[in-house]
Amino acid sequence: MNPIDQAKNAEAFLADTTHEDRLDKLLWMMRMRRDAAARLVTEWEELRTLASEIKEHTLSNLAEYLEQFEANAKANGVIVHWATDAHEHNQIVYDILAENRIETLIKSKSMLTEECELRPFLERRNIRVTETDLGERIQQLDDQPPGHIVGPSIHKTTKDVATLFSQKYGSDPNNEDPAYLAGVMRDNTRPDILHATAGMTGANFVVAETGAIVVATNEGNADLSAHTPKLHICSAGIEKIIPTTESLAVFIRLLTRSATGDAITQYTSSFRGPRKGATMHVVLVDNGRSERLGMGRFWHSLKCIRCAACMNTCPVYRRSGGLSYGATYMGPIGIIVMPTFDVRKYSELPFASTLNGSCSNVCPVKIDIHEQIYGWREIMEAKGQIQVVKKAAMRVADKVLSSPELYQVSTTALSTTLDLLPHFAIYNRLNAWGKHRDVPEAALETFHQWYKNHRLKANEVLGL
Amino acid sequence: MSALQSPLRNSILDAVRKNQPPPQPMPKIPRFHATAPDDHVTLFSKGVARMAGVVIADDVGDMDSFLRKRYPDAKVFCSAISEYEGTMRPSSLNHWSEASAIDVCVLRSPMGVAETGSILLSDIELQVHTIAFLAHDLVVLLDPKEIVDNIHSAYEHPYFKSRPYSLLMTGPSGSGDIGGITVHPAQGVKTLTVIFSPSPTSKRT
Repeated sequence: MNPIDQAKNAEAFLADTTHEDRLDKLLWMMRMRRDAAARLVTEWEELRTLASEIKEHTLSNLAEYLEQFEANAKANGVIVHWATDAHEHNQIVYDILAENRIETLIKSKSMLTEECELRPFLERRNIRVTETDLGERIQQLDDQPPGHIVGPSIHKTTKDVATLFSQKYGSDPNNEDPAYLAGVMRDNTRPDILHATAGMTGANFVVAETGAIVVATNEGNADLSAHTPKLHICSAGIEKIIPTTESLAVFIRLLTRSATGDAITQYTSSFRGPRKGATMHVVLVDNGRSERLGMGRFWHSLKCIRCAACMNTCPVYRRSGGLSYGATYMGPIGIIVMPTFDVRKYSELPFASTLNGSCSNVCPVKIDIHEQIYGWREIMEAKGQIQVVKKAAMRVADKVLSSPELYQVSTTALSTTLDLLPHFAIYNRLNAWGKHRDVPEAALETFHQWYKNHRLKANEVLGL
Repeated sequence: MSALQSPLRNSILDAVRKNQPPPQPMPKIPRFHATAPDDHVTLFSKGVARMAGVVIADDVGDMDSFLRKRYPDAKVFCSAISEYEGTMRPSSLNHWSEASAIDVCVLRSPMGVAETGSILLSDIELQVHTIAFLAHDLVVLLDPKEIVDNIHSAYEHPYFKSRPYSLLMTGPSGSGDIGGITVHPAQGVKTLTVIFSPSPTSKRT
């Protein structure tokens, strides 16, 4: 399979400047809301350090905590399953549904079930699946994967949604009021929810000490999915374990503030066991996580709590949209997670970054994201996964940047010749920079020339 | 666990053990008490309002009159508290999906959280869990003395280690999934109103 070409995929998104500009502004607003929320918590940086240390402690003792969770969950009446990979996970879920003669399933948002491609697996087996998260349902109706891990349809405008709902639900295509559109969804989804015989959720946190699954939603749809039917299936990646309820508090304080700038979600729910007459299953999924745990340079990515703060701050993500990554996990965290699933397929993703480090600075669990991105670039180079043009350009850059003399000659020459070069010499397929924007006008003098003309002369006058 | 599950479980745990980094210590988690008890009510009220909920600090008097005036179109008033009868009790629901027919449900929460404006509900207060998200409007009584300072204190509540279902609820359901503009309601309750009301069984002073 050819590698996913994120830059090429982004072209479709960039072609419509309305979407690009809107997404950029919206995500940056979320980043600013996150900053404002963090500033109100005096101990914010201490909480980030604690969260990082708790995750590192848990992951370095993971087997023990998994066994503790299993024992406690079973004692609470939960049926615990283990899945090595995506197929096993899907088969386990299907077997539970088939055993209970379930034909309709409601589910809340779960990136793990996206990762496992559960929905198409079940639909091929005649199980009708209804997503209950508003954004996830929009994406389901539009036959698209999520474009963002917190707001799956965030790349769509209100007009896009109004048009989609009018096609699918017969609502007013000209009414773009989000409250109206949310009402349309509520009215159309409610019958599915009330008549469903099984519900699925993911897990934000899995608490070893109590055997609890903790899920945070604004819509209340995890609770709807878990408790309206009598059968609740929860899928959880093994890295979601945390030791105690005491440690849960640290993560709850960080999660929503990092994601949207709110202090907490509307529904922060703890499911410890089934209600009377009902059944609760938890499927613990590995799917490459245990292998990643052994990757000395990259295991820290398992600390991720899926807040999407790294996406909201990333200039590449904000201007190219989540779908361009062609991956379950997108943005900076996707760049460092997806190659662990398939090095070849996702070999181009580590280059979808400016390496500005903003992602690492906002990460609530202090994952060294930009350093891991750089690490993955080195791996792609070592594995021969870099495209010829990119490789040639990097070789030239390496030579120029490692020699001060060559650098000065090159920048001086470029600043004088840019104005003289014909259009085709600047804007061609070798110049990715010029694809969607004008190359900036060259300054009249390079920094070195300016320094020589101003500061050095001034220093001479002052006798320095 | 089925016969097929045991080898899967063991192979995953073996792979985890083989690849685990060297053990790292668990940090000590401070309690971060940031606010004095006098501030709790103010902070809590601000937190509820921030999340589109409503706080009523004054005595509402007769509950039936108050509710009928506040929700003039409502017909089904469910009561999960002893001091108010309503038109039905949670126990009269045959199927949990029937909670969607409830217009207004009145409950009592055992705890509020100043930091976030959250209230705690569990299977004890709800009796029927679906009331927390299928009922249209929730009215929650809360003793102001039961408001704790922050999320660290909140998770010390025994419910989180003993109840099958515990919920920190903060305002009515909402969503920002369309155009990034937050609207209420989403799939869950349409409104959440908290009434400060001393509990006769309060243990806190």
